[in-house]
Amino acid sequence: MAIITRIAVHAFKESIRDKVLYTLVLFAVLLMGALYLIGQLTAGQDVKIIKDLGLAATQIVGLFIAVFIGIGLVSKEVERRSIYSLLSKPIRRHELILGKYAGLVLTLAVNVAVMAVALYLVLGYMSWIESEEFKATWVRPAADPAMWSALFLVFVQLALVTAIALFFSTFSSPSLSAVLTFGLYVVGHFNADLRNFESVVDSSVAVYLARALYYVLPNLAPFDVKAAVVHGEPVSLGYVAMTTWYGAAYVAALLLASVFIFSRRDFK
Amino acid sequence: MSTPAIKLDGLTKDYAVGFWRPRPYRALDQVSLEVASGEVLGYLGPNGAGKTTTLKLLMQLIYPTAGTAEILGRPAGDVGARRRLGYLPELPYFYDNLSAEELLVYFGGLFSLSAADARRRAATLLDRVGLGAARHQRLRRYSKGMLQRVGIAQALVNDPEVVFLDEPMSGLDPVGRRDTRELIRQLGAEGRTVFFSSHILSDAEALCDRVAIMAQGKLIATGRIADLAFEVLGWEVVVSGGSLDGMRALGFDEAAREVDGRLVIELTIDQPPERVLPELARQGAQVVALTPRHESLEDYFMRMVSQPGDAD
Ligand SMILES: Nc1ncnc2c1ncn2[C@@H]1O[C@H](COP(=O)(O)OP(=O)(O)OP(=O)(O)O)[C@@H](O)[C@H]1O
Ligand SMILES: [Mg+2]
Repeated sequence: MAIITRIAVHAFKESIRDKVLYTLVLFAVLLMGALYLIGQLTAGQDVKIIKDLGLAATQIVGLFIAVFIGIGLVSKEVERRSIYSLLSKPIRRHELILGKYAGLVLTLAVNVAVMAVALYLVLGYMSWIESEEFKATWVRPAADPAMWSALFLVFVQLALVTAIALFFSTFSSPSLSAVLTFGLYVVGHFNADLRNFESVVDSSVAVYLARALYYVLPNLAPFDVKAAVVHGEPVSLGYVAMTTWYGAAYVAALLLASVFIFSRRDFK
Repeated sequence: MSTPAIKLDGLTKDYAVGFWRPRPYRALDQVSLEVASGEVLGYLGPNGAGKTTTLKLLMQLIYPTAGTAEILGRPAGDVGARRRLGYLPELPYFYDNLSAEELLVYFGGLFSLSAADARRRAATLLDRVGLGAARHQRLRRYSKGMLQRVGIAQALVNDPEVVFLDEPMSGLDPVGRRDTRELIRQLGAEGRTVFFSSHILSDAEALCDRVAIMAQGKLIATGRIADLAFEVLGWEVVVSGGSLDGMRALGFDEAAREVDGRLVIELTIDQPPERVLPELARQGAQVVALTPRHESLEDYFMRMVSQPGDAD
């Protein structure tokens, strides 16, 4: 456990010193600021647009962080051969994978938190300057605490995407891993359609295949509660817990598979 | 006999080469070797001989096709053994965003050193490899030779009993080579087992108790340098009188040449002087000098490398 912690701390340090990360987070924070201007242009529109765009920005920027840093941390070690000296230390390969993953999730948590704070600041500022009459037209207050459930599920989804990126990077090249991860991300959002496949075709083989894919591929749509939160529909704690549980189980399976592959791999 | 520090037994590694129809390519073929505790062993061979492959198998960076590798009596990859070894990879590379000191503190931590102990250790080691002044600089800005020195320092972070160095001199300037040679000598004097690969024979000659010579994946010779280097390869006979044509008639074509009006004939090991000299006398040649040709390590190495099959 001590070893995993040390690897995680190192992975965290390594990633927060990455220029790509700075750039992405800076971009996100600027974007949040720009949302305020957009809000001004669409005056009369309510605060929903800003919440919606802000959450979307957090998700997209987080996705890029998860994919690029997620892939980089293991495959860069392999590609640049730093793994040779690292693995000659008294660590086991599974500790390396788990430590890296923990470090990445920590990186993500910090970044999602930074973006969330930026979003809340923008919303808080709006709430501060707008008149009471105008605010009365909002379904929910600007700096709505209920947004936390959306932000939290974005984070869980990103942790899952990171596990996917890590999984691919244990056996394929960084660029292929990126393509595969983005691919799976997109597929993951339309996964639910596979379930209703039988209403579209009547080949039973195709239906079984679709069913199998439905269960194997990650289902990412449930993590997206932006619309509900923005429109003031309640997202129950039970739903958040269930979805988190699904994410955690999927992450565990991916990490297990990553460890299995990584432990058998030749670093030549 | 006590357990050897390093033991290879029939170690074999096939790499799959070719994309569409992968075929196995034997990079290492049935290598068996023991290194006693406290011994400094030079693992010599030309490019592609299988030195790096052997070291990677010992570190379990790759898995053997057949055979076993043991360090301190434990199978390669054993965490307990790794606690007591150090490894310098070939052309080492680390993390761009860390300084040399941070790297050593991180690696020290993996050996459960406390941060303070690791920092102290880092300072000592970085001074020892001549990087004291650059220790806070990010590794991104290190030159190849500086990275090589960091590589040596990180291999010693845990005060290892067994040290594996893959081409420790590569990328170093003359001063660096001398320092590294001195360092290896010290490691040996401190009673550590050192296993280092090289194709620089003079380094091995000055440092090693024993060498193992590899060529094309096979171990072709092991032994004390003195025993290997001074093996008699043949003789050189200088004669006066006789003619080059006469020598050709005896079968010395290439082997005979004229130098300053005398004939110099190179005899191989299959042409012992006892047998050849009477024949020369019959040609009317008088022996002026007969010198055995001792093989230098370099010659030995080159010969073995060009004809690995002849060694068996
Ligand atoms: N990843 C790989 N895939 C296929 N063949 C490989 C791979 N790595 C090494 N080889 C082959 O294995 C053989 C041994 O390589 P190795 O790197 O062990 O040699 P070496 O003795 O360390 O050489 P050098 O002095 O150049 O470092 C070579 O013929 C090489 O081509
Ligand atoms: Mg090599």
